[in-house]
Amino acid sequence: MSQRISEHVPSLHSGQALSGAERCSRSVVEGSASQRVSRLASQQVTQYPIPNTQYPIPTTISPLPAKFGPYGGQFVPETLMPALAELEAAYLALRSDPAFLAELDDLQRTYVGRPTPLSHARRLTAHLGGAQVYLKREDLAHSGAHKINNALGQALLARAMGKRRIIAETGAGQHGVASATAAALLGLECVVYMGRVDMARQQPNVLRMQLLGAEVRPVDSGSRTLKDAINEAIRDWVANVGDTYYLLGSALGPHPYPTMVRDFQSVIGIEARAQILAQAGRLPDACIACVGGGSNAIGLFHAFRDDPCVRLIGVEAAGKGLDSGLHAARFSGPRVRGGRPGVLHGAYTYVLQDEDGQIAATHSISAGLDYAAVGPEHAHLRDLGRAGYTAATDDQALAAFQLLSRIEGIIPALESSHAVAEAIRLAPELAADQILLVNLSGRGDKDLDTVMQALEGRK
Amino acid sequence: MSNSGGQSTGLARIASTFARARAEGRAALMPYFTLGYPDAATSRQIVRAIAAAGADLIELGVPFSDPLADGPTIQHATQVALDGGITPTHCLVLTSRLRADGVTQPLLLMGYINPILAYGVERFVTDATAVGADGFIVPDLPPEEAGALEAACRTHGRALVYLLAPTSTPERVTTIAARTSGFLYLVSLAGVTGARDALPVDLSGFVERARAAAHCPVAVGFGISTPEQARAVGRIADGVIVGSALINTVTTAADPAAAAAHFVRDLRAALAPTPSR
Repeated sequence: MSQRISEHVPSLHSGQALSGAERCSRSVVEGSASQRVSRLASQQVTQYPIPNTQYPIPTTISPLPAKFGPYGGQFVPETLMPALAELEAAYLALRSDPAFLAELDDLQRTYVGRPTPLSHARRLTAHLGGAQVYLKREDLAHSGAHKINNALGQALLARAMGKRRIIAETGAGQHGVASATAAALLGLECVVYMGRVDMARQQPNVLRMQLLGAEVRPVDSGSRTLKDAINEAIRDWVANVGDTYYLLGSALGPHPYPTMVRDFQSVIGIEARAQILAQAGRLPDACIACVGGGSNAIGLFHAFRDDPCVRLIGVEAAGKGLDSGLHAARFSGPRVRGGRPGVLHGAYTYVLQDEDGQIAATHSISAGLDYAAVGPEHAHLRDLGRAGYTAATDDQALAAFQLLSRIEGIIPALESSHAVAEAIRLAPELAADQILLVNLSGRGDKDLDTVMQALEGRK
Repeated sequence: MSNSGGQSTGLARIASTFARARAEGRAALMPYFTLGYPDAATSRQIVRAIAAAGADLIELGVPFSDPLADGPTIQHATQVALDGGITPTHCLVLTSRLRADGVTQPLLLMGYINPILAYGVERFVTDATAVGADGFIVPDLPPEEAGALEAACRTHGRALVYLLAPTSTPERVTTIAARTSGFLYLVSLAGVTGARDALPVDLSGFVERARAAAHCPVAVGFGISTPEQARAVGRIADGVIVGSALINTVTTAADPAAAAAHFVRDLRAALAPTPSR
């Protein structure tokens, strides 16, 4: 019964099946949601080796590994190198500071609304006729997506560092809204860079950011989407590095962002793991999450990384199809002109680029997945075979969007709809006693115009 | 090793250029220009013109789609060049043509790391050496990440110029000054490239700190727009880098090469030693 999924994620079973089952049964008795804050502090001992740099600079050797296997690093202008060191030092100090952790935990519970529920999607399960589908309801987190987990953590860090001005980039607008929300809560100035194309397709989020007191700066360079918004945010940071905190919204960019964002998002997986054990009495067979930069996915995956029987499946945007050239599939795209390792936005990772190393234009109906690179830890998980990556097209995401709305009363974000689409594809191939845990990373109110236009266009 | 003899190495050519300027009692003039802007042929004419007009060393911009250390001027020039179809290979061909045109000044290729990775680090340095490039400036490649490129440059006798910023800590100043080759590139201000009205007030202190640590010439770039600013920087540094202002000049000119030459002559005149001072 699991043969199909094994094909799907080819190397997960290699040499791990027996010990995996053992470990998974052991882990059933582990874990409670209340431990999540202390785990945030204790989980930092990572399995990744410190990179073997040829010419190490002693003063910058950091206590956090700067790389995941060969991926990650700090490919940034010199102006930012000291700022990244300052950021890392501040983060290291704070994440073991009980007062900080207590404040973050309190805000997660009393402001964000954590823990978010784990919903058993019974009607969807019955409709698909296979594995049980559970939804981790990050759409119910305050401001409508998982982005608040990271935005709040980093905004607290910014305040502790004495930075009064926060800048952020945003694609779908969810991170921009989360940043504006956190800034409003903590009384910080907030500027959000957003590509002009994204502003048009996510207009409700532009208005929300403005209502929350943030300044939204349109970006007209390049493709006018997320990639260009990050360029512009980095340029702003370079120019204002003294008083400005760059609140990067996904598990990408230069070290320490990929690690820090993962840590703040790992609450998703820590809760979900405990919840599925409580509700179903066992671990899921697979965790499924959409992957743009990859913060919601890494946040879900991290708690399950040592459970070899749990497959980790990331879903990229296949746009108008992997052969169309109009997609954002860094891993699952075609071999020719597909993603390959390179540097974008400060990290070495898989990047969609042409043969000359120019960053490729991407396409997805969901602004949040419309990005040419991917978080470096995903590149590493992919190379290790610990996570598998597939892709869903615009049409598949739209179908998932509609189905989940009608059958479960949940309107998912178009980004999250990609993860739902993979569950729709996969569940019928599995048995009824198997479990798929899907991260519903955000709610879809922001996407109504896009969806209506797409559906109109078909008529 | 075959490249190790005297003038044939990029490092030696760069060193003698700074030495000659110093012997004349002035800072070296180091213009930057984006290859392929506004098109490949015109950019070749412009570089030839600024070489004839008194540039001591020329930085040739290799366009990249996402130039995150650059301001609007170089972003625009880069986009125009890419829209015109320029590639890293074209940039190497242009470099070779400039040598065939009789340009003898040191030529440094300045661009971002991803196109170099796509080309292949070792192959890029080998090919760039073959066409007469003397070194490389890669603004998104701090020394921590530069091992492979640094090793290739050492093998081929090319310079790998590192940048220092006003934000660099004393430890980084020491380390980067020790590791740079050819010269040390001081970014005058915290910010992206682009013409500015005024120089940062604390520039001379920054230059002094860098010079104290450096074993090679110290050049200053970012934000230097006018002959007056060039003169002021030339009094404290060994080299003066002007990029965006040159591109702005070209953009608005009817005859780009003539305008570029005129601007470079003015900059060079401003750097001439003035005995009264």
